[in-house]
Amino acid sequence: MIRLWFRPRRGMVCREAVELVTDYLEGALSQAQRRRFEAHLAGCPDCPEYLAQIRAVIALAGTITPDDLTPRMRGEFIRLYRRWQADEERGPQ
Amino acid sequence: MAGDLAVPEDPDSGLVSRLRAGDESAFAELAGKYQGAMLSMARVYVPSGAVAEEVVQDAWVGVLRGIGRFERRSSFRTWLFRILVNRAISAGTRERRSVPVDDMGPVVDASCFDAGGTWQVPPAPWADQVDDQVIAAKIAARILAAIDELPLQQREVVTLRDVQGLSGEEVCAVLGISNGNQRVLLHRGRSKLRQVIGSEFGRSR
Repeated sequence: MIRLWFRPRRGMVCREAVELVTDYLEGALSQAQRRRFEAHLAGCPDCPEYLAQIRAVIALAGTITPDDLTPRMRGEFIRLYRRWQADEERGPQ
Repeated sequence: MAGDLAVPEDPDSGLVSRLRAGDESAFAELAGKYQGAMLSMARVYVPSGAVAEEVVQDAWVGVLRGIGRFERRSSFRTWLFRILVNRAISAGTRERRSVPVDDMGPVVDASCFDAGGTWQVPPAPWADQVDDQVIAAKIAARILAAIDELPLQQREVVTLRDVQGLSGEEVCAVLGISNGNQRVLLHRGRSKLRQVIGSEFGRSR
């Protein structure tokens, strides 16, 4: 009798794997799910690239740096602080 | 009753203590550290740069008013972003609490998979190309525009997590959402950014 084992039992398919990528990266998968996910990745020619792309997106987003504070802005914050303090001392009533 | 017991890992703890003691330079230092992040976060809610600046200024005044009552149950950063988000929402011209019902499908188009769920149009490879700094700098500029096109809730979470670098726990505290919700929004947002970057490389679906 010929039995064909195309995939391990209850193996994960790509369509499922891509939906679990974030939970995987967040450490939010159960141990069993994580094992299934990693087993799929180990045997899949394409999903590792998908995961790598998501990781690349995260890394790229992290490179967006807001502008540094200029000396002029520093002066503005000191003025804001003093104005607030003066208002406080005057009191609301 | 937490009093002055600081969250031990809060890197801003020293500056917060100085600010509470009335040290104006501590305020300038905190502002210097967070102004850029505050502005980019404000722009998540208000499209105009001028309005965003007003919102941020308003939030800083809120910090000065509230710092005496800040109990350090969260990090300063979490508390700061919460103030900002509240101000931005009340100034907000963009709708916040709408549930994106139109956006609950699979994150990768169903046509990319065969009937069994295996890739039939696999992602064209580009991930290793972003190691090239020149390419990365070019793509990073595009990613900012792509984030701006995300639905608001995804934009909030992606900006806080991936641009500002907050932890999942912090994001939940800032936005008042559950961790599960946070992960779903992050997942959808990141998936869309992947698509945009992929098409930027010209070959991916």
